[in-house]
Amino acid sequence: MSSPAIKAINLTKKYGSLLAVDHINFEVAVGEIFGLLGPNGAGKSTTIGMLTTLVKPTEGTALVNGFDVIRQSSKVRASIGVVLQEYTADEDLTGWENLMLAASLYGIPNDVAKERAKELLEMVELANAANKKVENYSGGMRRRLEIAMGLINRPRILFLDEPTLGLDVQTRSAIWTYITKLKREYNMTILVTTHYLEEADAYCDRIAIIDRGRIAKIGTPKELKESLGGDIIMLQIVGNVDLAKQVIMSIDGMGDVRIMDNSIWITAKDGGSMAPQILEALNKNGVRVAKISITEPTMDEVYMKYTGKSLREEQSNWEEAMSTMRTIRKARS
Amino acid sequence: MMERQNLGPLHGLWSLTNRELKKWYKAPFILLLSLVQPVLWLGLFGKAMNLGNMFTSGLNIPGLNIPKQVIDQIGTELIKSTFGTTDYFSFLAAGMLSFIVLFTSMNSGMMIVWDRRLGFLNKLLTTPVSRGSIIMGKVFSAVIRSLVQATIVLVIALLLGMQFRPNISALDIVGTYVALFLMSLGLSSLFIMLALRSTSWESQMAIMNLLNLPLLFASNAFYPVKLMPSWLKPVVEINPISYANDISRQLLLGATGMNSIWFDFAFLLAFAAIFSTLGIVLSWRYLNS
Repeated sequence: MSSPAIKAINLTKKYGSLLAVDHINFEVAVGEIFGLLGPNGAGKSTTIGMLTTLVKPTEGTALVNGFDVIRQSSKVRASIGVVLQEYTADEDLTGWENLMLAASLYGIPNDVAKERAKELLEMVELANAANKKVENYSGGMRRRLEIAMGLINRPRILFLDEPTLGLDVQTRSAIWTYITKLKREYNMTILVTTHYLEEADAYCDRIAIIDRGRIAKIGTPKELKESLGGDIIMLQIVGNVDLAKQVIMSIDGMGDVRIMDNSIWITAKDGGSMAPQILEALNKNGVRVAKISITEPTMDEVYMKYTGKSLREEQSNWEEAMSTMRTIRKARS
Repeated sequence: MMERQNLGPLHGLWSLTNRELKKWYKAPFILLLSLVQPVLWLGLFGKAMNLGNMFTSGLNIPGLNIPKQVIDQIGTELIKSTFGTTDYFSFLAAGMLSFIVLFTSMNSGMMIVWDRRLGFLNKLLTTPVSRGSIIMGKVFSAVIRSLVQATIVLVIALLLGMQFRPNISALDIVGTYVALFLMSLGLSSLFIMLALRSTSWESQMAIMNLLNLPLLFASNAFYPVKLMPSWLKPVVEINPISYANDISRQLLLGATGMNSIWFDFAFLLAFAAIFSTLGIVLSWRYLNS
């Protein structure tokens, strides 16, 4: 077996007394699309920051392309491509000028850079807009340019932080087409974060869910969904939710039973035949059910189980919110 | 896999400098706007407060029959002993060169605040470009911009009636540019260092607004040190702007200076060396942490 593209060893970051990333260990194999999921502030960005040498680990380290992120940081930088969540291209310059600037930052000689820039612009279908100022680009065009800039040094690993944030459905699927093409044609390793769980489900080979600085669960999307232990039954209760929970817990064959607001969330094998039993038991105890749904688990449920929240309820700090807003605004422009 | 890459310590430096310059000369409107202030000072202040004419425009004291020639002579000598030259407009024009250099160098700080806010700085930090080059690219572009803008101000001043000394040589011009270069190098390093630590452009603006006019007025840009109150003099005497002005006035106008020109150069050299080293080293350490 070849050595992994990324190997985090007890990777830790403390900000004062806050443990942003808490001794995490994981490996990403060469040619894998690896997804990092988790709520804001869970340590996703800090983890990516440490792997891309933007943030110095407090403890532990990571090997990226076999180089140590602390002791060989410039070798790490030369061997990776990074596409940040924010749009980092210089708006006052053209797409072409931005690519040439990026090339020079990697020390790529001019003749090679020109050839490669042409090739990349073609690949992301921006050849016609090469000499337009980036401020006139649409959100999708900008994101494609960012990806082209991240590929200018032919990296062996590409880091993508929220590559599809704020984009419309078609553009999102186009971006993923490029990403999967990179994996297929160049055996590139791709580490990606996203808030779109269905995208992670569809395109990632493996996913790590990060919560409170630790890896809550790691595996293929299929493994993660199966780890929930069956179907999901959601009951909307009218009246005493706690009583309802007690009643349900006394039935055989229930997996996880949790209260969320005035609903109850149950995992059970073969939900279809369990549901009538539950309803009957509740009815006997005088608990009224307003609504019932039975679903096969999706990444949404996986995410909810391991982080204890749904994506929509997330709160983020002001800085992050502004940055996200800016990205979304530009994406929609 | 890894093909030709020139990852020398200075790779990317010119591209980063050039990026800033492109943004600047591709937006001529902003370039023009930044010239408005010094030109206004020149045109309005310099022309309206024509100290030379104060004494030579027919001063007549009743009862005393002093020949006009004597009054003119006294007036000329008075102005000369105060300003070191008889021509206040030229005196001010030389001061405006350091004015534009000061403002342009200060702006270098704003550029890095924006780069940081828009994520460009983070993107730079993920590339193998050296942290020193990131800072030096900013400093060099600020210096180049300063010198080009100073040239434009100089040309405008000449059109408005600035007079060089009669036997001026190319070396005098070069000397003036060296002085402005040193001042710009020190100032832009200083402001980039400050800007890197301020998280918002608002606070950077506040720092700039707090410092620019005091720095300007506590210098010899508008009036000579000689006339200043004693509490102000020490400030003026550590203000690099005063030294740059002293050099340009001695070299361009043949004015009597406050110090010997070598002392001025030595001071500016020390200022530039200390602040650019400090600025680059501290910024480098900050970007590395």
